[in-house]
Amino acid sequence: MQALVVVAHGSHLNPDSSTPTYRHADTVRETGVFDEVATAFWKEEPSFREVLRTLNSEEVYVVPLFISEGYFTEQVIPRELRLAEFDVDQWDSDGTSASSTTLRATDVDKTVHYCGPAGTHDAMTDVIVRRAESVTGDDEVGEGFGLAVVGHGTERNENSAKAIRYHADRIRESGRFDEVHDLYMDEEPEVDDVSDHFDTDDVVVVPLFIADGYHTQEDIPEDMGLTDDYRTGWDTPTEVDGVNIWYAGAVGTEPLMADVLLERARDAGAAVGTAVEEVREQTRAGAD
Amino acid sequence: MTAPAVARLSSAVREEPVACDGLHAEYDDNYQFSIPDADIEESGLSEDEFETLAADHEPYVTNWAYWNEDRADADDAFLRWLEAADETTVPERYESLRAGMSRSWGELRIEVRLDDGARRYEIRHSDDVGEDGLEPHDEPLDARSLVTYDDDGRYRPLKTAPSLPHGWVFADQTGRECVETVEYIYPATVANWYLERQGELDIDHWEPTIGRQSGIYGVVQTWNRGDSHEHVNWVAEACCDDSQCVKRREWQYDEETDLDVPGGDGEFPCREPCSLVIAAARKWTRLEGEQEQAYEFTLTPSEKEQVEEIIDAVADGRADEIREADTSDPANRYRARYLRAKRFDEDGNLSGTATESSE
Repeated sequence: MQALVVVAHGSHLNPDSSTPTYRHADTVRETGVFDEVATAFWKEEPSFREVLRTLNSEEVYVVPLFISEGYFTEQVIPRELRLAEFDVDQWDSDGTSASSTTLRATDVDKTVHYCGPAGTHDAMTDVIVRRAESVTGDDEVGEGFGLAVVGHGTERNENSAKAIRYHADRIRESGRFDEVHDLYMDEEPEVDDVSDHFDTDDVVVVPLFIADGYHTQEDIPEDMGLTDDYRTGWDTPTEVDGVNIWYAGAVGTEPLMADVLLERARDAGAAVGTAVEEVREQTRAGAD
Repeated sequence: MTAPAVARLSSAVREEPVACDGLHAEYDDNYQFSIPDADIEESGLSEDEFETLAADHEPYVTNWAYWNEDRADADDAFLRWLEAADETTVPERYESLRAGMSRSWGELRIEVRLDDGARRYEIRHSDDVGEDGLEPHDEPLDARSLVTYDDDGRYRPLKTAPSLPHGWVFADQTGRECVETVEYIYPATVANWYLERQGELDIDHWEPTIGRQSGIYGVVQTWNRGDSHEHVNWVAEACCDDSQCVKRREWQYDEETDLDVPGGDGEFPCREPCSLVIAAARKWTRLEGEQEQAYEFTLTPSEKEQVEEIIDAVADGRADEIREADTSDPANRYRARYLRAKRFDEDGNLSGTATESSE
């Protein structure tokens, strides 16, 4: 038997924090390729500490629903899952290239395939583009458009900005959008001045966050000038300094995220059959 | 109903001896069938004789068939516990099951009954026993969103807080669906309860739990003060009391030092301080870093008691229940507003006494 465990931050205060995690886990569960699909949280239940013992499967694929490699993926999650043999060198990562490592947890008799975060997988680039399609309602969006990929910044973790740059570079190289830039909340280039960074009349802004919350629904919209008061909302698009801003909200809420979880597990050896293709197709239909 | 179970039994017995809840059956050239509780012990049986005898004791056979299904050990133990399978004989149990047998699990009431010979499970809030018109659900996954908010629409960050919402029922589930539903409502409780029954529960006490914290929670390690564990008693009294969580706290200060407050009467154990306790402890670590100082306040005796009553009302979650016009309750809103109007200065200082003595 094989199980997928999606591990995420969760929140004591914001019930929406876990919503994307549940939704993507449900999508994977419906494909039927895993005998069990579970979720676990740092701030909710089951905790990272107690999720493995709830499973019957001997092979467990753990995928962190986090944007970047860093404190949570390298310290908190392996420690709390009791992956005592974990060493970050096993990932041999340059900051965005962690794939998976196979370990034993000390409290259960299971093989745990501990994967890199969803946010740094190549398929995440497609989710960002899909998010741009969703918010514009245009499957072909790109020509005449700029794309801003927005991150928190490097204040706490340099890998956080690396992940943003990685995907921005890949999208830029694809040539689909006229311009692609990575912007940040806490550092230059700042998201506040989004129109300064683009020559296009339309810019899609995709924050690389897992869930909608304070940053994506209050902070960034106000900083960009979409609204003076987040409580009154904003139009999509909203014209700011002569540029149409298509603000997408947290990329992690995009249904295609389920595909990244599947691909992470597949890369680590999980048998997923045709589920990747199915989910790619099905989430596209859902987005339309 | 019986025929398939009997046929399954006779073929299973050919593979290996069967023993389940008082039923014993074996095959060695011919069949042997015994139920000591019913004074039955027959050997040298042909297949027909064996199946006839088995059919005469249908409950034992269907009971074996049910418990012979493929199921995780913890789930099996939980479902057997629901019908007190280790404490009753099969005929007694089947009689009880026809009427329905119930157990409490946190705030849940779980009933198992025999319906056309098959076990069916029903889950509802224990306060909703006997209620009609509950919203019916079939899918275990429905439970996840049902319990996200309490009856007042407030987010429940702790799944085992005694604030389970009312008004729903999972009326007709299989054993597997029942366990799955319970897991969505109270995650990991069955697994930890089972480990405890096996004598294998891995308890992480306060000391090692805060010892492994890092990042913003690392600071909690500085709160410990040598041999004193009084502050952890306060934490457990504040957060882990039965009025706050339906788990039974099994963690203590450390392996040698028990806490002095009760762990509660919950059916299932709490094996380590949870994330809410750690997050609250972080706040208290910071607050408790302050030095105490003497303040002088002028209050009437009733006002002093009123302050105490207000703290009690908030701590016991009673503030919302106090009626608007019930001015006999010291924590009544008008009473509190009057006290504030009278005793706070324009800077919000009680009795005009500044918080910082230098001010």
